[in-house]
Amino acid sequence: MDATLLREITADQIKSDLPEFGAGDTLRVHVRVIEGEKERVQIFEGDVLQRRGSGVHETFTVRKVTQGIAVERIFPVHSPRIAKIERTRIGRVRRARLFYLRDRKGRAARIREKR
Amino acid sequence: MAGLIGKKLGMTQVYNDKEELIPVTVVAAGPCPVTQVKTAERDGYAAVQVAFDEVPERKVNKPMAGHLAKAKVSPHRQLKEFRNEVDGIDYEIGQVLDVTQFEIGDKVKVTGRSKGKGFAGVVKRYHFRGKNATHGTPDRVRHGGSIGQGTDPGKVWKGKKMPGHMGARRVTTGSLQVVRIDGERNLLFLKGTVPGSSDGYITIVK
Repeated sequence: MDATLLREITADQIKSDLPEFGAGDTLRVHVRVIEGEKERVQIFEGDVLQRRGSGVHETFTVRKVTQGIAVERIFPVHSPRIAKIERTRIGRVRRARLFYLRDRKGRAARIREKR
Repeated sequence: MAGLIGKKLGMTQVYNDKEELIPVTVVAAGPCPVTQVKTAERDGYAAVQVAFDEVPERKVNKPMAGHLAKAKVSPHRQLKEFRNEVDGIDYEIGQVLDVTQFEIGDKVKVTGRSKGKGFAGVVKRYHFRGKNATHGTPDRVRHGGSIGQGTDPGKVWKGKKMPGHMGARRVTTGSLQVVRIDGERNLLFLKGTVPGSSDGYITIVK
């Protein structure tokens, strides 16, 4: 199998203007929402639990807790539906997958900031 | 219309114009030179024979080399026939078929040899349910259960689904949508999965 060719084919779909981010960071993801004719931008802000995959397949998971209800969204990194990604906080974490946050709430679910 | 011979390259994903992520199989299809045109009068049926996958001359055996030389086609690894009875288009020897005969949105059928699964049990091979993993089931979790009745009929019916060899057979997948065409590199992007492993030979028919 020619993996180089597959990478080459999808190369034009890969975004180059992405900020650096990883697990533990807090992001503001600007999602383009298309409702019929109209289009608007919605912001989903939360902590990154993981980044996985490579190339066009790469995705990241963002978790936010609003009024005690946690919402996790998985975004393809290179989706054209994502207008912009802003990194508002760099977290200091010791692992690449932060699934332990799902079992915690309130103060225990905090992530230390990196300085 | 005659189809093409191709090679499965692998799977990836592409975004369509609605910004949806589509799973695609990338196929290197053609160019396929016509090596022989069979007619009902001479051969008993109408068909077009095409070649695929150019190789150095030392890679083909003498009968194959002779056959291709007759059509003035350079050595290729694969030959395949497509029936030409219904539409009866005139093909010429040496004419090259390629991906341009397809259009984006076309539905195609792809035939290939599926991946071999070896000697497979009845759960994997025929999706039998198996038995409970708990509730005291003895070591019979993936068994097929009873294979018939009793003294009457006193035999196991023919065609009874049992464990055996699975895969490595000819499989055709229909209704695969052409998502993108790369005429320069002779690539077809088909939505969904195609039988067989990567680097396997397949045929693509409209």
